[in-house]
Amino acid sequence: MDSVTNLRFDVAVVGAGPAGMAAALATADSGHTVGLIDDNPAAGGQIWRAAYNSARPAASSIWFDRLNKSAVQVVRGARVFHAAEGELAAESDDSVIQISYGKLILTTGARELFLPFPGWTLPNVMGAGGLQALVKSGLDISGKRVVIAGTGPLLLAVAACASKCGAKVVGICEQTTGAQMARFGLRMMLVPGKAAEAVRFACDLRGIPHWTDCWPIAAFGNRRVETVRISRQGQTSEIECDYLACGFHLIPNVELPRMCGCRLRENFVPVDEYQQTSVPGIYCAGEPTGIGGLELALVEGEIAGYAAANWEDRAKHLFARRARHQKVVRILRDAFPLRPELKNLARPDTLVCRCEDVPHQRLCEHGSWRAAKLHARCGMGPCQGRVCAPAAEFLFGWRIDSVRPPLFPVRCSSLAAIPSHSAPRN
Amino acid sequence: MSESVSVRVNGKLVTVPAGATVAVAVLASGAACRASVTGQPRSPLCGMGSCFECRVAINGEPQRRSCQVLCEANMEIEANG
Repeated sequence: MDSVTNLRFDVAVVGAGPAGMAAALATADSGHTVGLIDDNPAAGGQIWRAAYNSARPAASSIWFDRLNKSAVQVVRGARVFHAAEGELAAESDDSVIQISYGKLILTTGARELFLPFPGWTLPNVMGAGGLQALVKSGLDISGKRVVIAGTGPLLLAVAACASKCGAKVVGICEQTTGAQMARFGLRMMLVPGKAAEAVRFACDLRGIPHWTDCWPIAAFGNRRVETVRISRQGQTSEIECDYLACGFHLIPNVELPRMCGCRLRENFVPVDEYQQTSVPGIYCAGEPTGIGGLELALVEGEIAGYAAANWEDRAKHLFARRARHQKVVRILRDAFPLRPELKNLARPDTLVCRCEDVPHQRLCEHGSWRAAKLHARCGMGPCQGRVCAPAAEFLFGWRIDSVRPPLFPVRCSSLAAIPSHSAPRN
Repeated sequence: MSESVSVRVNGKLVTVPAGATVAVAVLASGAACRASVTGQPRSPLCGMGSCFECRVAINGEPQRRSCQVLCEANMEIEANG
C-alpha cells in the first residue's frame, strides 16, 4: 500500500515552470507557506528543462538561485489528478499526496499541438518541443539528420538547439506564408527583448534552409522514420531524415483549471487584472491565459503570487510590464493560423487516437467528440485525449469541454485515498 | 557533466549521461518503447509527460512514462515495442 502524505499550504502553486516559480517566490516573500507542485523530476518547466549539452540559459539561474534559497516547498514528480474545493490530490512514484490550500495558483503551461498525417506514429517522429525536451534530457543527436516541421517560433528555437547539439538540420518546414512570417518578424522587433533573441536565433540558424508554405504530407520508414514527404510552395519532394520533429504551435494545459471550475474562453483561462480566475481564490498565470512566452509568464506569475499573498500594491507595480509583454500573445495568434490544407493530411486509415489506435475514418462516422469517445474509443486511452482531442477539434470543429477525474491514470490505491466527500466542482 | 549512468534496456547495457531520462536510454538502445494496441512500435512523441507513448516497464513496474523518470544505476527497463 502506498503511503499517504498530507500537506497544507497557504498557497499551492501547480506547475513549476517560469510562471509557477515566479508565483511561488512572490508569495513566499510575504511569509505565507507555499507549495510548488510539479509532475517533472525538476523545476523549470519545459523552457528551463535541465540541459546536458548546454547550460541552462543565464537568465534562469537567478530564478533557480532564489528558489533554492526560498522557503518554497517544491514537490517534484507529483502529478495532480484530483481537485475539489480547497483540496488537491497528487500521485508520486511511491505515495499519494493530499494537499489542502487556502489559495491556488495554476501555472500548468502548454503542450504542443500535433496533427495526424500518414506515418506520424512512426518512432522518431516526435514533437518539435518534444525533440528539444529529449535533447535537454540527454538524447545525443550529433550527426543525425533532423527535419523540423509545423508552425511557430518554437521551430526556430528547436532548430537552433538541434544545430548546437551537432545535428544536421536538413530544413525547417513552416506552414505559414512567407509574407506572414516577415510581418511576424517585424512586429516582434517592437517587443522588449525579442529583437536580441531574433538576432541570436539568426546567428544560430545560419545555413539552415527555412521554407515557408511548407508542411509534411507523410512519413515513411521501417520501424522508424527514414523519409518525409513534404509539400513546399505547391511542389512535393522527399527528404531523408533520422528524426522528424513536428509541432503545430502550442495549446494550453487547461484540464486542471477546468476541473477546478474555472470558466474558460476559447480554451484559455480568462483572468482579471490580478490574474484571478472566475473562481475566487484561484489564480492562473502563464500560457493557460494566452500563449505569450517566457517574459509574460514570469510577470503574470509574479502578479498572481503577490495577489494571492494580498500584496495588491506590489502586484499593481507590475501591470505596465505585463501590458508590454501581452502584445506577444496577439502577434503569435495572428502570425501562425493553421492553413486548411492541414485538415486533409490524414488518410482514412491514418490513426488519430494513438492510445486506442482509432483511424480517421472511424471518427468521420460521428458528429461530436462525445460520440467519437463512446463509439470509437477515441481519447479513451491513457493520455485521455491530450493528443487527439485538440487534433480532432481542428479536424472536425468539435467542441471539447469535458474533463473527468482522475486527470491522469493513477494507481487504485491513489484513488482509494481520496475522501469520499471530496467531489470536483463541475 | 561527464558523469554517466548505466542501465539495461531489454537486457542490453546502455550508458547515458547522469541525469538523463529513461526515454533517452530506450532511444539510445534502438528499441521502441511500446507496442500499440494494434501492435505498432511507438516511441516518445511529446517528451514532456502528456502523450503516454513512451511507456515502458521499469524494474518490473509497467506503464511508466519513461520521459518523466531519471535513469538510476542498474535499472532494468523493459521496452516492448
